[in-house]
Amino acid sequence: MSKAPELLGTSGDSLREAFGKALTSLTPQYSNIVVLDADIAGGTGMHHFRDKFPDRFIQCGIAEQNMMAMAGGLAATGLIPIVTTFAVFMLRAIEQARLSIAYANMNVKIVASHPGLDVGPDGASAQCLEDLACFRAIPNMVVISPCDPIEMKQATKAILDYVGPVYMRTGRSDTKKILDSEYKFKIGKGRVIRDGEDVTIVACGVEVSRALEAAEFLKDEGISARIVNMSTIKPIDIDLLEKCAIETGAFVTAEDHNVIGGLGGAVAEALAKVKPSPIEFIGTQDVFGESGEPDELAEKYEQTAEFIASAAKRAIKRKPGN
Amino acid sequence: MLKAKSNKARISSLVSIYKAESGHPGGVLSSIDIILYLFEKEMNFDSKNMSIENRDRFILSKGHCAPALYAVAAGCGIIDRSRLNGLRKLNHELQGHTCRTTSPWVEASTGSLGQGFSFAIGEAKGLKIQSINNRVYTMLGDGELQEGEVWEGAMFSAHHELDNLCAIIDYNKMQSDNLNENIMGLEPLANKWNSFGWNVVEINGHNFEEIDVAFDKARNCKGKPTVIIAHTIKGKGVSYMEGSPAWHGSLKLSDEDLVQALTELGASEKEIKEAINE
Repeated sequence: MSKAPELLGTSGDSLREAFGKALTSLTPQYSNIVVLDADIAGGTGMHHFRDKFPDRFIQCGIAEQNMMAMAGGLAATGLIPIVTTFAVFMLRAIEQARLSIAYANMNVKIVASHPGLDVGPDGASAQCLEDLACFRAIPNMVVISPCDPIEMKQATKAILDYVGPVYMRTGRSDTKKILDSEYKFKIGKGRVIRDGEDVTIVACGVEVSRALEAAEFLKDEGISARIVNMSTIKPIDIDLLEKCAIETGAFVTAEDHNVIGGLGGAVAEALAKVKPSPIEFIGTQDVFGESGEPDELAEKYEQTAEFIASAAKRAIKRKPGN
Repeated sequence: MLKAKSNKARISSLVSIYKAESGHPGGVLSSIDIILYLFEKEMNFDSKNMSIENRDRFILSKGHCAPALYAVAAGCGIIDRSRLNGLRKLNHELQGHTCRTTSPWVEASTGSLGQGFSFAIGEAKGLKIQSINNRVYTMLGDGELQEGEVWEGAMFSAHHELDNLCAIIDYNKMQSDNLNENIMGLEPLANKWNSFGWNVVEINGHNFEEIDVAFDKARNCKGKPTVIIAHTIKGKGVSYMEGSPAWHGSLKLSDEDLVQALTELGASEKEIKEAINE
């Protein structure tokens, strides 16, 4: 009898694993956490929670609309429901998130794994490139996309302590460790994780490590790039953006998402209000993805460090007077 | 007694729709007897403290019939009757569809069909998890059953043995545009719910004795959720609305429409005059 094949992509340090472990370790501090799953716990990191807290794990079957609206009802009994599935299936239930969670202002946390091209070989049907834009447009909804396991752990605690609806992205592939233990995540705050003065690269999720790599390329060319980890997309940290506009005068946004409506959109909206500045947008250019490994896709869809560095140079050229 | 109260609730809800100059009178009149019974007889709650944890809960999944719920709430002292005049008006808490944030006594924000049902299931599951012995009631429209989400929720509730949940179908046989059977037929409806693992009770939804027996059956059924398929008449109590999809809404009641409706419902001349002139 052959051994059952191991699930692909469930290795240690992905953001989904980090979330699953963080939630499981934090749960004893709260009396009222329940996890909702749509038959995909092994993929979202929720198998950790299920194994430890089977009585708090609600199997909803492959029925995301009911799962999402039900979360509102669970919250109405005093529980903190964590709705989990792939980002693309959150879109399937977005109207339920809008009415039964956001409009009713229920204390529900929607935590989506498998965002962006980072999904890889499953292809475009599973690569959600629209969730930040969609969830950002819903009133009352906080939108978060942490960049590494350290930030994911802190963000998990932060969303449990925050009272109200939250949408948070995790991620499928293994991530680099980016931040040190001194890092402090706060909802609504971006962080400068590398200082610089010629251009600000604002990134979230998997693009943060690529942005840091881009800063190294730029340094070799004598360009000093500031990197902002903008892990809260909504509410966007407008004060930090204004400061960066004054101090660096040009921007690149980098996200594993359509360039329409996500982090880039949020940054552009904020800057248009406080200090209009040249911006270049890294992300998919309003197209769907395809099958391939995440790094191959990042190359083809122009999201690697090299493309971020080129965009930084274009943004600098567009500064008034250059 | 209940009959008199339901007549009064019918009058109040129609007057509020008349003053709002829009609303859904047909479904309000088909659903109101059951909603009234729930609040007057069946549910345990404190009308002065609707946020108390140990309360039975009612979710109007067919949120467009909010005026029926509002009128019943006024009748049992949850809200002041004078508030009904602000239905659907700017800066007023009584939204066109039930809203939990503006009216905290309302259990769920509804108005998108299927969602209130899921919300109710979530409450029933949440109460079970926390070993709270209260019950959850939710009313769905018949057209609402065309939403796929309803059947997701039906499967979940049976699988999780939510016997603290009771759904009521306001089966008036008509939806927005036409008869259910001409839009997308629901029959055999009882068989559908049966096969989804629910305890099914069928009644005349305007007969209080049958309503009473049905809720008894629901309470006494263990290990399964109960659905009460309530055969009702759209526009019940107003002759020109009865059985006519034209009165689904959202629509405006003219002075003549209102006067005739209130007269048929036995309102006094004084009540009718006040409704028109206020």
